[in-house]
Amino acid sequence: MTAPIGTPATPSSLLYLDAVSVTFDGFRALNKLSLVLAHGEMRAIIGPNGAGKTTMMDVITGKTRPDTGEVAFRGVDLTRMDEPAIARLGIGRKFQKPTVFEHLTVRTNLLLSLKGGRQAFAALFARLTSDEAGRIEAILARTRLAPHANRMAGALSHGQKQWLEIGMLLGQDPELLLVDEPVAGMTDAETMQTADLLRDINRTHSVVVVEHDMAFVRALGVRVTVLHEGSVLAEGSVEQVSANPRVVEVYLGR
Amino acid sequence: MRLPWRPLSGADWAAVCVLSGGSALALLSLLPEGSPLHVPQFAVGLAGKYLAYAILAVAVDLVWGFAGILTLGHAAFFALGGYAMGMYLMREIGTRGVYGNPNLPDFMVFLSWDHLPWYWYGFSHLPFALLMALLAPGALAGCFGWLAFRSRVSGVYLSIITQALTYALMLAFFRNDMGFGGNNGLTDFKDVAGANLHQPGTRAALLALTALALAFCLLASRAILGSRFGALLVAVRDAESRTRFIGYRPEHIKLLVWVYSALIAGVGGAFYVIQVGIINPGEFAPGNSIEAVIWVAVGGRGTLWGPVLGALLVNLGKTLFTGLLPELWLYALGLLFILTTLFLPRGVAGLWRAAKPAGAAEVTPEMTSADHEAVP
Ligand SMILES: Nc1ncnc2c1ncn2[C@@H]1O[C@H](COP(=O)(O)OP(=O)(O)OP(=O)(O)O)[C@@H](O)[C@H]1O
Ligand SMILES: [Mg+2]
Repeated sequence: MTAPIGTPATPSSLLYLDAVSVTFDGFRALNKLSLVLAHGEMRAIIGPNGAGKTTMMDVITGKTRPDTGEVAFRGVDLTRMDEPAIARLGIGRKFQKPTVFEHLTVRTNLLLSLKGGRQAFAALFARLTSDEAGRIEAILARTRLAPHANRMAGALSHGQKQWLEIGMLLGQDPELLLVDEPVAGMTDAETMQTADLLRDINRTHSVVVVEHDMAFVRALGVRVTVLHEGSVLAEGSVEQVSANPRVVEVYLGR
Repeated sequence: MRLPWRPLSGADWAAVCVLSGGSALALLSLLPEGSPLHVPQFAVGLAGKYLAYAILAVAVDLVWGFAGILTLGHAAFFALGGYAMGMYLMREIGTRGVYGNPNLPDFMVFLSWDHLPWYWYGFSHLPFALLMALLAPGALAGCFGWLAFRSRVSGVYLSIITQALTYALMLAFFRNDMGFGGNNGLTDFKDVAGANLHQPGTRAALLALTALALAFCLLASRAILGSRFGALLVAVRDAESRTRFIGYRPEHIKLLVWVYSALIAGVGGAFYVIQVGIINPGEFAPGNSIEAVIWVAVGGRGTLWGPVLGALLVNLGKTLFTGLLPELWLYALGLLFILTTLFLPRGVAGLWRAAKPAGAAEVTPEMTSADHEAVP
């Protein structure tokens, strides 16, 4: 269910960032950034290069510790947790540069992502269950990777790796998906298929998508947050933000 | 669903070859001296030593080839396993030492110690010593790995501290007051489990047992690498941070394979000492760990059979070479390493893969087969 545009910030929000700042060697990558995502919402994040979009995802997923500010997911403070703990809590992530396990097959990549046990020792004795096999086949079909199931992930094209990463997110089945630039390197047709897929995923999951491709963002048809120099510049529908003079200035002035 | 049979992979073949080759040599050494097929004693000793080295090579490859951890200190685990076995063999000497002291090994009498240090207790029993040959390297690897991996030390920094680890142990074991025989180490062994170590029968049995141990390590490692854990290892090697974001803890995965690898190295060390007849702190020398890495590089890391072949070939080369031009061996070894790195990045095993038709030339085929076979 897509949350209607203009959802007010509620305490029962799924993801809550308040006044988050991150500094790298004196450079403010995030500057008192605040963002609230409702349960079931899909949000698009746009912004010029270096706006802090990826850094925001790094903060949410525990890769980067914020200097100040609050980050909470379902009311749980994320700033004290490390990456695996946050992932287990229910936040999945697709990276800007697609990162898959190159020397494993597409199928094994998906197998490792499947929601379930994460204990190293237990993996010694794990056997593929028919449930797991079924879930893998379903994801392969949904991401159109079935013909490539037994290929090494390293042999896939850039666009296919993007889909594999999305497939791994599907396998992980987290409550919240953070998707960083999913359509880079895709054809127009693939871009639209990806928009469809994300809308479909949004029926059962909350999603934050970072993307530069405005046609794609338009196709998502969701509320847009514009980041600039580490803080929120504007928020609203695609039409609203693209009519916003400050947004136009930031994009044209760079 | 399991298939009724599995095609023999490289590791299975290597296990079969090692086992049949080792047993054949052992049996032939028992033929009468005049027989044309008789294998001389020195060859039995060499073969046993090479196979023990091959066990170490498998251990190095497990962490380097499959988990991407370049260890420059694995000889430490090998030597600890060796010392555990050496301590048992010292106790087996009993009253047959130079001083004939029933309670103390010769070197302790020489140092005028009047009682056995507590950490020598139990070593008069072979099962205890074998257990310690596993536990000592395993415990050291557990502590070291826990500290190193959880603080996310990796790459060249990790390699350097593994080197420092083995160097520190070498210095410690050189000290007489450590109680491990200092400079001279442990030697002059007489027998094992009541069998005279200098009897051809005993030596043949030890060679066969070493081959059996190596074959077992290969098959166990193949099972581990073929499991989901094996896939996780490759995942950590390829994109460690990615595994964190899907909820795995790579430090646990690395720690597990690191400890397992140390156990294997310890087994290798135990079989080495019993056949070579001496263990001293020189076994901890940083160069030994580096040599082991070279065997793996030459044989081909990321396969299980490559390191075995590499260890056998390089050590055979070393034996022949040092017989002819001893002072040039280190240069030859260095040159071999450089040439391998430049022209054979996947070692001899890579040549084999290149010869196979395209498509079969995947890295670590062990990884991928297990899960697929299970898919209905
Ligand atoms: N680990 C880091 N160390 C130093 N500077 C960093 C680090 N990560 C990000 N930055 C800087 O912070 C700023 C924000 O980077 P970020 O990757 O978040 O931007 P982005 O909005 O994702 O841009 P893009 O559209 O190019 O992906 C950039 O100027 C970047 O150089
Ligand atoms: Mg970015």
